Amino acid sequence: MLEWRRRREPSTLMLGLSPLIAIGLTMLIGMLVFTAMGYDGFHAVRDIFLTPFLEPQRWPDLGVKAAPLVMIALGLAIGFRANVWNIGAEGQYVMGAIAGTGVALATHGMSGWWILPAMALGGIVGGMAWAAMPALLRVKLQVSEILTSLMLTYVAVQVLYFLVRGPWKDPEGFNFPQTRMFTADQTLPIVIPESLVHLGIPLALVIAVIAWLLMEKTTAGYAVKVVGLAPAAARHGGFNADTVTWATLLASGGLAGLAGLFEAAGPFGQLTPQFPTGYGFTAIIVAFLGRLNPIGIVFGGIVLAATYVGGEIAQTTVRLPQAATGMFQALLLFMLLATDVLVRFRIGWRGRTA
Amino acid sequence: MTQPLERNGPPRLALAHVSKSFPGVKANEDISLSVRPGEIHALLGENGAGKSTLVKIIYGVQQADEGSIAWDGQQVSIPSPKAARRLGIGMVFQHFSLFDAMTVIENIALGLDEAVDRDELKRRVAAVLDSYSLPLDPEREVHTLSVGERQRIEIVRCLLQKPKLLIMDEPTSVLTPQEVERLFETLRQIAGQGCAILYISHKLHEIKALCDSATILRGGRVVATCDPKAETTQRMAELMIGAELRQIEHSAGAGAGAVRLSVAGLSLAGEPPFGTDLKQVGFEARAGEILGIAGVAGNGQAELLTALSGERLAERNDAILLDGKPIGQIGAGPRRALGLACVPEERNGHAAVPDFSLADNSVLTARHRLPLAPFGFISQSDVKRFSDAVIKRFDVRTTGTSALARSLSGGNLQKFIMGREIGQQPSVLVVSQPTWGVDAGAAAAIRQELVDLAAKGSAVVVISQDLDELLELADRLCVINEGRLSVPRPIASLSIKEIGLMMGGVHGTAPGSGAAAHA
Repeated sequence: MLEWRRRREPSTLMLGLSPLIAIGLTMLIGMLVFTAMGYDGFHAVRDIFLTPFLEPQRWPDLGVKAAPLVMIALGLAIGFRANVWNIGAEGQYVMGAIAGTGVALATHGMSGWWILPAMALGGIVGGMAWAAMPALLRVKLQVSEILTSLMLTYVAVQVLYFLVRGPWKDPEGFNFPQTRMFTADQTLPIVIPESLVHLGIPLALVIAVIAWLLMEKTTAGYAVKVVGLAPAAARHGGFNADTVTWATLLASGGLAGLAGLFEAAGPFGQLTPQFPTGYGFTAIIVAFLGRLNPIGIVFGGIVLAATYVGGEIAQTTVRLPQAATGMFQALLLFMLLATDVLVRFRIGWRGRTA
Repeated sequence: MTQPLERNGPPRLALAHVSKSFPGVKANEDISLSVRPGEIHALLGENGAGKSTLVKIIYGVQQADEGSIAWDGQQVSIPSPKAARRLGIGMVFQHFSLFDAMTVIENIALGLDEAVDRDELKRRVAAVLDSYSLPLDPEREVHTLSVGERQRIEIVRCLLQKPKLLIMDEPTSVLTPQEVERLFETLRQIAGQGCAILYISHKLHEIKALCDSATILRGGRVVATCDPKAETTQRMAELMIGAELRQIEHSAGAGAGAVRLSVAGLSLAGEPPFGTDLKQVGFEARAGEILGIAGVAGNGQAELLTALSGERLAERNDAILLDGKPIGQIGAGPRRALGLACVPEERNGHAAVPDFSLADNSVLTARHRLPLAPFGFISQSDVKRFSDAVIKRFDVRTTGTSALARSLSGGNLQKFIMGREIGQQPSVLVVSQPTWGVDAGAAAAIRQELVDLAAKGSAVVVISQDLDELLELADRLCVINEGRLSVPRPIASLSIKEIGLMMGGVHGTAPGSGAAAHA
């Protein structure tokens, strides 16, 4: 009979392999489910997971979708390492976009190189402010940041709806609920001419490298890890858990806010009610797929970006509903959590010894 | 009414050629032993010798790979603890499984295999308490009880099942000398009624005092079976650790130096729900001396250590003076930078991070006094050099600095932690339970390092529940009881009986001690 056996030490092989196993299982189960529902399951899975990588014309779109996912996931992963569970990155993402857009509207009609950095700063501050509330509530009143950050997401979305339908509505927009279009000085520059590849994509990679250095090489990263793994040892070593809670929530909020501003000043070019696309939630999957490692998160971001791009492809080729993308993403998270057991356990036959 | 041992007839329990392996380690190899009805049989061995595994096999928690078990002459298999209890095997674990917020009787009811009517249970518990004259109030909540009383709950739990074999796992590790005496009387009475007792310990003088025979384990194998009353403790210790014991060398003329650590009027509320308040604690530790702090577990030792280490701050800055400098309100990092190093009792998750490598664990506390992280960037090469030096000097058995702390045995990890602190040359070292769960060889090495550190002019404070250890190490001794610290006295002026009474809360001259009865 099969049984689980505890490993003496966590398997480093499985640490790297289990996300790949999870992706494989997601593809297999997805194929079976959609075949059973009467779709062409094989083609659906191929179009979602492989076509975006096989067709070079899809790559820029992959980068555009991966960049915000990676940026948000980097911040979340740092918090998760410290047992700080910011589930409300979507709200910080929206708030960052709102604050940055506020700068854009205030600078309407002006020109200069400083406008975009000012908007980026606005985005960071907006995201941080939204994450500061869960931080304050957790540190002062021991309120779970899981609940507060999640609930604040819906508040942020309502603020967005209010602004685009009210005070920030484009006066020349034929009464559509949207802000003014950003001007050239307010838009992210394109780094590869004639493509969608904007400055946010290389910046996401730079931020990933900085996050990696921070986590692996500095006492700040050490503090985050030790607070997450052994709070009593952290206190013994002179690390302050409250400081780490503040720092990780502000960092993840700031990065989510910056990602939101990049999305507004990049692909969207304005704020509309369609702005919240769930990147803040999908980034949680990216963080786990990347094993909370900044470099792993870059790859995780690309895989999840593929499900968006591929989901659109599969909508036209095999007429998969749009909700299928979300289903695949959820299935992937489920499989990730399930295959995680392989790191600490292995499968053996009962009655036989190793 | 002690009956003579039943020399004839089958043994109560007989193990024949029992082996058990885990990945990478043979925990038990070809172990045979037998226990007769009415016999108190010692199972003696260091940590890691395979005692726990063997007992788990007997109690049905684990299954042997090879070998057989005979019960009253019949071959049996024991697939689960429930099956073991059905045979008549009772076990008192080292770590009690009790709910602090529930009463004694509720805890006993929860531990029974079958549901028993409450009044019926009360009657049976009262009968057991009465026939063994065990003082225990069934209606008290467990958190108000001493450790000795808590252990009695576990014993009563077993006795209710009318056991034929009682297993006691390291039962005296947290008891006062008086409580140990009391326990031994109870155990002799239980054995006198024909119950076999398997007594697990590494305390040799207790085994000599209590046991009829002893099986000594080392490295998973039986190295000797002997009559402990006929053997010397020295001989049994050598069989147990497989080498000749090192004697601690005290250098002469210690303890006359300047005051390095001075604590006065230190009060601190215990951490809820069941912490102990520190009440006006005061003492001085001088250069070159080892100050021992004795006491039964849970009397404020943990609170005292966190108050000294800076994990919790004092109300007044001058409550703690380090070399004359007030440090009561500065944090753990700056205190260490000034020269105060602390080692808490709990290794895993407090003194060390189990999921970190040894190198990373060096960073945890050594970065304040040593230049391991200039400008916030951790220098891996310096960390590795320091960790390698600790491993070498303290003979830590490990695969290297990248080994996870959790992969080390308790003794080896403790050696590493002690080495990490001593390697920073602190002016004051405060250490709680320095050799708890550490094998005798490693314990002797750790104690020698403490003596050497003091000889070099540091002040060493040892908080321990192991009286033998304190008597061996300390120059002066005080006792912590319900958060109060007695006045330190030179070790030569104290008798074991006196210390035992102080540990039990009888301070003799202490005024108003009645007020402290309910914390």
